[in-house]
Amino acid sequence: MTLSAEALALYQDAVESLASNSPAWLAGLRRKALDRFATNGFPSPREEEWKYTNITAIERKGFAVATSMGEVDPAWIGSLLLPECWHLVLIDGHFARDLSHPALVGDVVFCDMEAAKLRHADLLAEGFGQAVDVDHGFIDFNTALFQGGALIRLNPGTRLEQPIQILHILTQAAAIPTRHLIQIGEEAEATVIESHAGVAAGLTAHVSEVLLGKNASLKHFIIQEDHQRAFHFGGLYVRQETGSRLAQTQFALGGFLARSEIHVTIGKDCETLLDGLHWANGRRHLDTHTRLVHAKPNGTSRENYKVIAEERGRSVFQGRIVVEPGAQKTDAAMNNRNLLLSDDAEVDSKPQLEIYADDVKCAHGVTIGQLDPDALFYLQTRGIDAESARQLLLYGFVNELIEAVDVEPLRGYLHRQLDRRFHAIPLEENP
Amino acid sequence: MTDTLLKIENLHACVEDKHILKGIDLTLDYGQVHAIMGPNGSGKSTLANVLAGRDGYEITEGRVWYRGHDLLAMPPEERAREGVFLAFQYPVEIPGVSNIYFLKAALNAIRKHRGESEVDAMDFILLVKEKMKRMQMDEQFLYRAINEGFSGGEKKRNEILQMLVLEPTLCLLDEIDSGLDIDALKIVAEGIEALRSPERGFLMVTHYQRLLDYVQPDVVHVFANGRIVKSGGPELARELETKGYGWIEHYLEAQAR
Ligand SMILES: Nc1ncnc2c1ncn2[C@@H]1O[C@H](COP(=O)(O)OP(=O)(O)OP(=O)(O)O)[C@@H](O)[C@H]1O
Ligand SMILES: [Mg+2]
Repeated sequence: MTLSAEALALYQDAVESLASNSPAWLAGLRRKALDRFATNGFPSPREEEWKYTNITAIERKGFAVATSMGEVDPAWIGSLLLPECWHLVLIDGHFARDLSHPALVGDVVFCDMEAAKLRHADLLAEGFGQAVDVDHGFIDFNTALFQGGALIRLNPGTRLEQPIQILHILTQAAAIPTRHLIQIGEEAEATVIESHAGVAAGLTAHVSEVLLGKNASLKHFIIQEDHQRAFHFGGLYVRQETGSRLAQTQFALGGFLARSEIHVTIGKDCETLLDGLHWANGRRHLDTHTRLVHAKPNGTSRENYKVIAEERGRSVFQGRIVVEPGAQKTDAAMNNRNLLLSDDAEVDSKPQLEIYADDVKCAHGVTIGQLDPDALFYLQTRGIDAESARQLLLYGFVNELIEAVDVEPLRGYLHRQLDRRFHAIPLEENP
Repeated sequence: MTDTLLKIENLHACVEDKHILKGIDLTLDYGQVHAIMGPNGSGKSTLANVLAGRDGYEITEGRVWYRGHDLLAMPPEERAREGVFLAFQYPVEIPGVSNIYFLKAALNAIRKHRGESEVDAMDFILLVKEKMKRMQMDEQFLYRAINEGFSGGEKKRNEILQMLVLEPTLCLLDEIDSGLDIDALKIVAEGIEALRSPERGFLMVTHYQRLLDYVQPDVVHVFANGRIVKSGGPELARELETKGYGWIEHYLEAQAR
């Protein structure tokens, strides 16, 4: 949908001010992106990829871009920051230096976007836009208007022992476009956690780009705990070179309307693991859209998405796997398990396989069901009442995914978050 | 202890319009062990499930008295809290919930029902570890998800472990001996024997004499086609072992005529 003149004017000024403070190549990209956005607007539900997630509410809100950083309670921020991690905090898209660790330079570069423009302009120019291979309103909006973000760059062979955590905080009813560029050099290894939390009904419009060099390895996490009236778009675009490994896990626990996109171009001999959880309770609408392109032979991909849809919650999962001609010996499997727990909840699951090579293994499975009655009965025969048994099975459903998180401080955090949700029975962490 | 432990009177049960239990009468006294034997599909598990309170059965006739209370009127968790325990023929796997958490939640639910305080965390660990030792189970099983990836025999041991921790009054054991190797059978049988006491009773479904060699029953019932067709002493089990169920078929044919 074409943007109205007023809506456009709102963003034009913002882009001009950002462009004046960007290198020429980026200023050019921003203006072009705004032109496209002016013509197309945000995606419309008429588009196949957006059929189940109607975002006209976002358009209607006409969010202005946040121009300053809101007030936050430092104790609350402290509770969101994970121990033993290297922190970078963005408040309303603005770099919160006081709450962040110092930037890293050397074999590991880790800094906020402003510092990146000043000190690592070459790295930025080299990697920016290299992993995004799709085009729609949110990406254009982000490219035109992003202000904050982070640059992560590992030189070949570097192993980053400490996980990086980038914490995004949203405090105002405004649009917050942020952007990260993550470049992991050959044989290098890193763990990156992107956390989102907020106290206001704004719009997160985030894009992360990841370039994984030969035999590089990245563990990547998205923890989405936005405000329950907030809108969230988060796109993760990854390009994997030969022999590299991506293990991505997302927990979508918050927001009012949240869409997560994960697009991966998978090279030769690569491994790509995607896991995730939607907890669509209340009136939450959670959408995950994945697109894995097996572009070269001998790639392995595994997707496991679990969904809880209860109360008036809604979950959408669209998983697309493309096996390009020549990508022989591809081994892809996608699984989506949905617990549909109330009459008013809704689940849509749409696997799509496009296979243009003949020697491949491609499997997909979708289940939509209730809690296992045999399991409920089993728990009840041990004295656990029906409601607690139900809670315990839900706990197990989620906990299975948490137990698989091999970053200790994050696993501990997720356990605590989970336990808070299960006040019905005092659950405890496993030792 | 004035009332009988378990009294089943003319129990009829249907599943999806299929008549499965066709008039069961059985009285189990405190301190007794009754064995139930009988061909596949004769309704043994159905009886155990009905007693434990599984959904999906329609009780068309009959009553069940447990310590003088109407058992069928209670939801399954209340039966459990009142001391009824079912060891499943096929224990259920529950991913994501650790055995130890489950055991503790179960024990606390039962204690709460009795008006007792929650079990002390340290005491609980010591208690469970002691019982695990008896069942010769490695402690790592505590931290694994309930029955997930357990071998058939490990699942059965885990059932008896739960029984040892919860100390029920009425133990319904549905083929607790199936899938066990010779050593495991002995361990499981010793677990059962350890709980045998004048304050509780056992109803054991089994296909084999082996278990009954370790756990001597007071009464053996033979099930066929939803009925108890014969009851007797331990010698009845041995008779079955040698003769097979063939003679029951004669019995049924005779009855049908
Ligand atoms: N939910 C159900 N729907 C239809 N039929 C059922 C159901 N549950 C049990 N049955 C049938 O009832 C009969 C009795 O089953 P039950 O499991 O009680 O037998 P069993 O004596 O325990 O057999 P086994 O020795 O093989 O364990 C069987 O014919 C079985 O197929
Ligand atoms: Mg059976």
